[in-house]
Amino acid sequence: MLKNEKLLKFLGKKIVRFIILLIFVILLSFILIDMSPINPVKTYIANLGVVSPEKIAILESYWGVNEPITTKMFNWLANIIHLDFGTSLIYRAPVLDVIKEKFVASLVLMLSSWIFSGVIGFLLGVIAGFKKDTIIDKAIKVYCYILQSAPTFWIALLFLMVFSVYLGWFPTGLGVPVGTLSENVSFWDWLHRLILPMITLSVVGIASITLFTRDKLIDVMNSDYFLFAKARGESGWNLIVRHGIRNVLLPAITLQFLGFSELFGGAVLVEQIFTYPGIGQAAVSAGLRSDVPLLLGIVIFSAIFVYCGNLIADVLYNFVDPRIREGEEDGG
Amino acid sequence: MADKSKDVSSIYSPIANMNLRTKTLLTIGLTVFILVAVVITSLFINSADITTNFNAMNQPPSFEHLFGTDWMGRDMFTRTMKGLGLSVQIGAGASILSSIIAIILAFVGSINSKLDSFIAWLVDLFLSVPHILLIILISIGLGGGAFGVTMGVALTHWTSLTRILRAEIKQINTSEFVKLSQRFGKSKIWIAKKHILPLVITQIIVGTILIFPHAIMHEASVTFLGFGLSPHEPAIGVILSESMKYLATGNWWLALFPGLALLIIVLLFDIAGENIKKMLDPTSANE
Amino acid sequence: MDKLLDVENVSISFIQYTQGLNQRDLKVITDLTLDISEGEILAVLGSSGSGKSLLAHAIFGILPENANLNGKIKYKGKELSQQDKEEIRGKDIVLVPQSVNFLDPLMKISDQAIGHTESDEEKKAKKTKQREIFEHYNLGPEVDDMYPFQLSGGMARRVLVSTALLSDPKLVVADEPTPGLDEKTVQETLNHFKHMKEDGIGVLLITHDIHAALEVADRIGIFYSGYVIEIALKEDFTGT
Repeated sequence: MLKNEKLLKFLGKKIVRFIILLIFVILLSFILIDMSPINPVKTYIANLGVVSPEKIAILESYWGVNEPITTKMFNWLANIIHLDFGTSLIYRAPVLDVIKEKFVASLVLMLSSWIFSGVIGFLLGVIAGFKKDTIIDKAIKVYCYILQSAPTFWIALLFLMVFSVYLGWFPTGLGVPVGTLSENVSFWDWLHRLILPMITLSVVGIASITLFTRDKLIDVMNSDYFLFAKARGESGWNLIVRHGIRNVLLPAITLQFLGFSELFGGAVLVEQIFTYPGIGQAAVSAGLRSDVPLLLGIVIFSAIFVYCGNLIADVLYNFVDPRIREGEEDGG
Repeated sequence: MADKSKDVSSIYSPIANMNLRTKTLLTIGLTVFILVAVVITSLFINSADITTNFNAMNQPPSFEHLFGTDWMGRDMFTRTMKGLGLSVQIGAGASILSSIIAIILAFVGSINSKLDSFIAWLVDLFLSVPHILLIILISIGLGGGAFGVTMGVALTHWTSLTRILRAEIKQINTSEFVKLSQRFGKSKIWIAKKHILPLVITQIIVGTILIFPHAIMHEASVTFLGFGLSPHEPAIGVILSESMKYLATGNWWLALFPGLALLIIVLLFDIAGENIKKMLDPTSANE
Repeated sequence: MDKLLDVENVSISFIQYTQGLNQRDLKVITDLTLDISEGEILAVLGSSGSGKSLLAHAIFGILPENANLNGKIKYKGKELSQQDKEEIRGKDIVLVPQSVNFLDPLMKISDQAIGHTESDEEKKAKKTKQREIFEHYNLGPEVDDMYPFQLSGGMARRVLVSTALLSDPKLVVADEPTPGLDEKTVQETLNHFKHMKEDGIGVLLITHDIHAALEVADRIGIFYSGYVIEIALKEDFTGT
């Protein structure tokens, strides 16, 4: 009871904080786009072709072209509260619908590679830490350092080159025009298209979690309780499983949740190269073709996505660890 | 001192660690040398030297063209070197700007607790949107190009150094000698200059160098996506973006070498940074 | 009485890196010699932070990697290699550590005391034994499911001592077992060691508490700046 109340209070505070943060994110994005040479009305017209002067007037008043930025922003914010994010200029559909569709596709990609990289990275980290200073450890470390220094989009290019162009295992994806709807693609096509981007994103994401797990495990191996467990006669792999992994797992999962921002960034690049019809690709198209409503919508939803990761990490840290969990209860 | 450690009769052989100081110095020297060499080489490459040569189009790597040639017969090695130089320059600009922002914010935060929580909030704000999206937005806002992308990278990479400096300054501020200075009525600025700055300078140097790799990689990524340097610039992001069109025709060298070169540069900065950190902060070497 | 442990000319040193990565060889223990027999309590008395804990770590073969160990450590007359130490630690020779920090913060007490088991029967047998010993030390069944941070100072001490006795050891090495405890708990802990002695167990008591040493030890060695200055009978200190 007490715990649930505490959790609710904690979540409530976090969400209020987030809403304030989000308003400033929107303000910041708005100022940036207002500073840019982009004129949404002109872009819109350029996309539509011939437009009557009345229509232009309506568009201009919608965008508040001649009004100060504060008015523009408040108009837009008022619309958002009614869940009206405007209409995407390049997809010719409500922004919310576009984002919904693209985000689902991206979530599948991001979460599958998130789990994949988390599991593999954790295992590699444990092995490296356990075999500290051996050739295995050094090999894993070198692999991680190189991956950490490798631009995501370059790795994606190489994978595309090797697996799609040379081996022909996967579609190059280059034939699919931007904006193809996922309904037109069968499930197997879609899965086939998912695998390579997923693997690319996983490979890129492994390095940080591996190095973190390794260092954390080495810390644990140098701890007093690990020393005492050894002195009590525990040894080898059992010792690592019983005392090492137990103490490393939670921080590692927390770190993985904190990596949502990097994950999203990686997805933007990977989707662009494999022309995977996700939110990242939509963001790039929106940016390149001045689709302001869509770009702003994506910024907001990406912020929500990142925040969810941080929130889960916070909850894990504060409510799962028995030291903090039960310690707080005892303290009242 | 060193001869004592040659005591081979001990069971934990110290030989592997024996020349740590020399090894570290050598690594720093070598990495810095390569980086400087790359920048100087790129400065000597005139854009006019990258000539089109339609007799040597799409050639795979050879002794004449180490990285091959592109569809206009341009030598990819020369283009890559020029691009790396540009990357390092933009990386330098963005990293230094980032550090300056971090230093200012960290010191502003140390004035009082209200400002401190404001800075913490500002860090949260900038971390709330994925970096790449924020860089794209800033770059668009500032009209793109080298200026846009440099500012985009600079304005997004100050957060980690700010956090480190904040923590460090907080620790110094609670130390005995600062309290003593305060009791003697020294001004905050005097304390900052005499006590805090000399102690955090290590963090600042190492922090700036460690921003470099991220800055270079993010610039290349954003340029690759089309929001950074213009397609006329000889940037690595531009080269790789062009290479995509030729992947299907099997011109693998267009993508492989420029990317590999970028990876090596990023790796060198990382290695240099970590080793300088080891030199200046010996506790990390005792492990 | 048979000799249990011989420590002969043991030196322990570290290589340290200072600013600019200059190397420094740091000697913590120099040429230390001592021995313990069955049913005897030997106290090694030295100020806190003087590195005397490393002696315990050397006996168990759990020194950090950058430490150098020279000299011989013998158990029942046989010199112990690193492998031998790994073999007998936690069985014949056990450690009573300084504080509750030596228990895994995320593992329940009883699981830690029992340690790793190969089969269910083994686990059951050990669990019964653990319960018995815990009961003997006045630790109720509720303690089994507690996490280390929930233990009070006195409870933690009893847990550490009883955990050590689970394997019927011949030699107990107690590393600073009484710091930060109230008078009553200190007394209680010292009584535990006296009982061990009566059971014929040898005890190496490493401490900075001179009163504790005087109360229970048969012999006392003074440890100062890396050297054991002398080992003498307790009576030589008290004058009785």
